[in-house]
Parts: sequence; C-alpha cells; structure tokens
Amino acid sequence: MALAQGMIEIDQELCKDCKLCISVCPKKLIETSDRLNQKGYYPAFYIEKSLKKEHRKCTGCGLCAIVCPEIAIEVYRA
Amino acid sequence: MKKVFSRPKSIKKNPFHYCPGCGHSIIHRLIGEVIDELGIQEMTIGVPPAGCAVLAYFYFDVDMGEASHGRAAAVATGLKRALPDRIVFTYQGDGDIAAIGTAETIHAASRGENFTTIFVNNGVYGMTGGQMAPTTILGQNTTTSPGGRKEKRDGFPIPLSEMLAVAKGSAYIERTAVSSPSNILKTKKAIEKAFRTQMKGLGFSLVEILSPCPTNWKMSPVEACQWIDEEMVKHFPLGVIKDISGEKKDAH
Amino acid sequence: MRGNHAIAEAAVRAGCRFYFGYPITPQNEIPEYMSDRLSKTEGGVFIQAESEVASIHMVIGASMAGARVMTSSSGPGISLKQEGISFLSALELPAVIVNMSRGGPGLGNIAPSQSDYFQATRGGGHGDYRTIVLAPSSCQEAVDLTYKSFDLADRYRIPVIILGDGMLGQMMEPVELPPEIPVKKLPPKDWTITGAKGRPSRFIRSLILDPFEEEEHNWKLMRKYERISKEEVMWESFSVEDAKMLVVAFGIAARIAKGAIKRVREEGLKVGLFRPISLWPFPAKVLKEVSRRVKHLFVFEMNMGQMVEDVKLAVDGGVEVHFYGRPGGIIPTPLEISRIISSYYYQKKLG
Repeated sequence: MALAQGMIEIDQELCKDCKLCISVCPKKLIETSDRLNQKGYYPAFYIEKSLKKEHRKCTGCGLCAIVCPEIAIEVYRA
Repeated sequence: MKKVFSRPKSIKKNPFHYCPGCGHSIIHRLIGEVIDELGIQEMTIGVPPAGCAVLAYFYFDVDMGEASHGRAAAVATGLKRALPDRIVFTYQGDGDIAAIGTAETIHAASRGENFTTIFVNNGVYGMTGGQMAPTTILGQNTTTSPGGRKEKRDGFPIPLSEMLAVAKGSAYIERTAVSSPSNILKTKKAIEKAFRTQMKGLGFSLVEILSPCPTNWKMSPVEACQWIDEEMVKHFPLGVIKDISGEKKDAH
Repeated sequence: MRGNHAIAEAAVRAGCRFYFGYPITPQNEIPEYMSDRLSKTEGGVFIQAESEVASIHMVIGASMAGARVMTSSSGPGISLKQEGISFLSALELPAVIVNMSRGGPGLGNIAPSQSDYFQATRGGGHGDYRTIVLAPSSCQEAVDLTYKSFDLADRYRIPVIILGDGMLGQMMEPVELPPEIPVKKLPPKDWTITGAKGRPSRFIRSLILDPFEEEEHNWKLMRKYERISKEEVMWESFSVEDAKMLVVAFGIAARIAKGAIKRVREEGLKVGLFRPISLWPFPAKVLKEVSRRVKHLFVFEMNMGQMVEDVKLAVDGGVEVHFYGRPGGIIPTPLEISRIISSYYYQKKLG
C-alpha cells in the first residue's frame, strides 16, 4: 500500500520564523531559509519544492499547516 | 492533487499583527474554520477583548462590536438578548475575563446567557508588556511578580473555568491548548461543540485555551509550546470540565 | 403616577423594550416597574445586572443590535457608568440614561439634590464628548422628555441623560401618557451589527490607532454636537416680560423657585424665572439675549454651584450673577427662597 502523496506551499512573506512547522514535520521537510523576507524574518521553506512528484516524501499530513499561526501554508494531497 | 488546507472563508486575508508563535492567530483560524463548517458566517456576531486581540475585527469576516476591558460578557448579554437567533461569541484574554471581568463572566454564566466565550489563557497581560495575570502560575516570572509569583505576596492563580462549572447556567466548559497539532485539533472540536451548545439553546458555553505568549514568556515559540505541555497543564489540566448534554466524557 | 413609574412607562411607550439596571435609592421603582411591564410586553427584556457597570455595558450591546434601550441609577451608580457613557458617545450609540440624583458626594444620602449637573454636562468619562442632558421639573415633563429622548438618541446616535432627582422620582402627580409606538414602525438603522446577511460584515469600535483618523473622528463628533446645539435647545421663561431680576434654575429647584416668584410678585417685586430644560445644549444664546434687558440674575440650585458656571459663561460679564445653593439633600421651601429673593432684590435697590 503506497503512502499518500502530498506537497505544501509556504507563503514566505507571511512567515515569521516561529519554527513551529519545522518542529512538527514528521519527515523534516521544512527548513529555515537564509534569505530575509519583507518583514525582516528568515522564513521557512519546503525543501522538496523543486523536486518531481516521484521523489517527494511529503504525505500531505498537514501538521505544519495546522500549527502555523500565520495561515502561511497550503497543503495538497493526492 | 487536491488542496486540503487553506485559509477559512470567514478569516479575512489581512496578515496577522501577532508575534511569531502567538496562539491568537491559531485560535482565530480555528474559530473561522468552525464558523465555515457550521455555515453561520452571516449569523455570527463577535465581541473582541481589550488586549492583543482588540483588533480581531480586522481578521474575522463577521459583524463585531467592541467592548471595554472585561465587559464583553455584559455586551454579549445585551446583543444576545436583543438578537436571540444569532450566534454571539466573546473572545477574551485571562486578564479580561478573570480579573476586571470576573463579575460579568460569573453572572452571565449563572444567568445561563446563551452565548459562547473563547477564553485565551496565556498567563500574562500580553499587550501591555507581560504583567502578572489572574492565571499566572506560582513561580512564573512576570514584570509585576519579580522573582516569580509568590503565594504570600501575589496570591494564588484563579481557576475560573472550574468556578464557572459550579454555576448553574453554564452548559459546557472545556479546557484545551494550542501547544501541539493534536491539541490544536482538540481545540477545534471543543470550539465546535461550544457553538453547537449555543445553537441548541442549552446555556453558557466556554472553551479555555492555553496559549503561548513567546514574547512575554521570553521563550522561543517551540519552547513556549513545550512549557504549556510540561508546566502550565499541571495547574490548568486539560479536559472537559462540564458538559450538561452528557455527550462528552473527558475525551482526553 | 409616581415620577419613577411615569418615566418607565413613557420609555416603554416610546418603543423601549430593553432595560438593564441595578437597585439604588431613590430610583428603585424604575427597575421594579420595568421588570413587571416588560415581562408583559412582547419582546421586552429586563435584566437586573450585577452592577451599574455591567448594566451600562448590556445597554451598549443591545444598542449595537439596534434596540431602544434604557438604564437608570443615581449619583454613585452613574459614576460607575462613566466609562460606558464615554464608549456610547465614541461608538455613536443611542441610549437613554436616567439619573435620579441624591445627596452626595460619596455615599451621600437618599434625599434629592442637584449636585450631578457637572457629572451630566461635563461628563465624568474620559475624552471629548457631550451627551444631551434634559432636566424635567414635573412628572408630566418627565414623561414628555423621556418619550422624546429616544427619538433624539436615535436621530443623532448619542446617549441622552434624563437628569432628575429623588423628589421628582417619588412625587405623585396626574400625567397624560403619550401613545405607544409599535416597535415595527420605528425607522430602520443601517449601521447596526446583526449578523452580516446579504451585506459585507461591519464592526463598531472606538479604538482608532492612527492619530489622523482619531482626530477626524473627534471633529466628526464635534460637528454633530454643533448641529444638536442649533436644533435641540429647550428652555422655559415664566413671568419675564417686565422682570428686573431673573431667577435661573432647573429641575425641581425651578419648581420651588416658581412658588417663590409667585409669592414675591404678590408683593410687587418684578421677578421672573428662566428655566433651562436642555442642560446640554445649554440655552446660552437665549440667556445672553435675555440678559440684555435684565441686569440681575439669581441662580438657585440644590448644590454648591454648578449651573451657575454655565450661566456666567453664557452672559459673559455685563450682568450681576448671584448664587444661592443648598447642598446635601436639603429641599428648600418656596417661602425660604422667596425671602432670599426679596432680600437680594432690595439690596440691589431694584424696588
């Protein structure tokens, strides 16, 4: 049985670098970027963003979005 | 692939002004999701507090009416009595509800006023810079309890939810937290149950939500959530405190 | 009818269906009457709140929903309501607040006084605001002014204070009651929060963080107050045509003064009465006009000197303003006042 396939989109301009999403992702697919956003924070970024579907580990569990205070994450699931 | 998570319709697009890791915006979103799922956006009227969430009307896309500090329960009483078929909720911090607003809250609960209160408990007065609040726990350091809250000097914290459960007229009271994804999901269920309690006309409903205030607790957001799970819940245990419908035994 | 009962009945006839109050002497008959009357009226809601603070905020809530709503109290309770009254003014919410004044300051006593004039007209609440203040001097006038106050409150979106006193509240006089207005016939309000059905959501608030916006909000309120000052001034003159001296008094003191003036007129003294009915807006222009002819004003109040300041401001020099006040809940008699008037009259060689 295959795991669900998913992906997320993070609006980096809304992110305030609270790192809650990073702490809850079971597969550690989110990291802090080294590029400042408009608000002056180092936003979180989804490391699989540029990967093709077959190589992604994200299951679309949504824990990151549930915990994000800024509603900066949208979650997709197959 | 289907989008399975996005901003609720009843939350406006405005970026939140809250600090990084603040519990308010998580709770706002949960209320928005519940309002969407129950289909009550056009019938809902909210009463924001004095505190960081005083600007809640910039985020909730429902009618809202300001109350002065602590008086939301009285304003909500006036609104609900005038518009009994609408859904009225107050959104209050711990100082708002359990210090200056104690009388209004206890009496609204005792009268069985049929509105819902969302009680955001972060153990401090956030907006004004982190002063001691009625729910600051013993030993907790704040700007007006230097060295930590001491029994003799500062008194004990107030278990308002337990007190309200004793009042006849309160129908549903539960304490949850937004310190982890599973707690956040339980909070959403509690908020939904509270609104349903109002819709059934059963009486006063309240959800107390332990919420992080990283800025005034002087912790990182992740540490603040851990502190709730490890320390705060010892003094404010999570769970159903009262449920006259009998549906929810303690789900925790 | 007893004054307190008449005020309550007039309110219900004006379409008031919501009353939130608290016991305090000498106005307890108002909540008592309302609890009975509203329970027998469709859509009527009465709550005896946990404090005067709670009751003014329930008034705010019901007013936000578009209802005609009233509260009542006496001096110390009105002091507790001041934050709420400031909020009502800032939020531009209509409401009627009845103050049956008693002796003060502090707990005072339960006898009538007029020492809440400053509290009513200058406001004990914070910020720049005004409320309409109406001072009846008879049970009939209490009925008429209470009835009218709901229209004024709705028309201008402003709180209206009925400034009575313990004697007015307790005395019994025949009154003619106005017709009942069906609530359905009241004009609709397009600014209320009732659930955003079929329209964008709106919010009613007074926190305006941007200083320029806050300033503009204050100017908006002031423009409203100017309109009210032009349109809603009320006063009564009695026996002024040939008067050489005018007594200036409001409310129950004016009633006593009228008795005193009738006495001294019998003795040939040419004295009249100028009675402001709207304490805010104060009939300053009219008083100034009158003071061109009459050079001696005698202000009589049951307090230590409050309305006398407005009189002096109005006449702006050019007339002698004498003051007689009895504070602390004593009710002077017409005989006593007539003697004071006479002695002043002859002192000033007016006879």
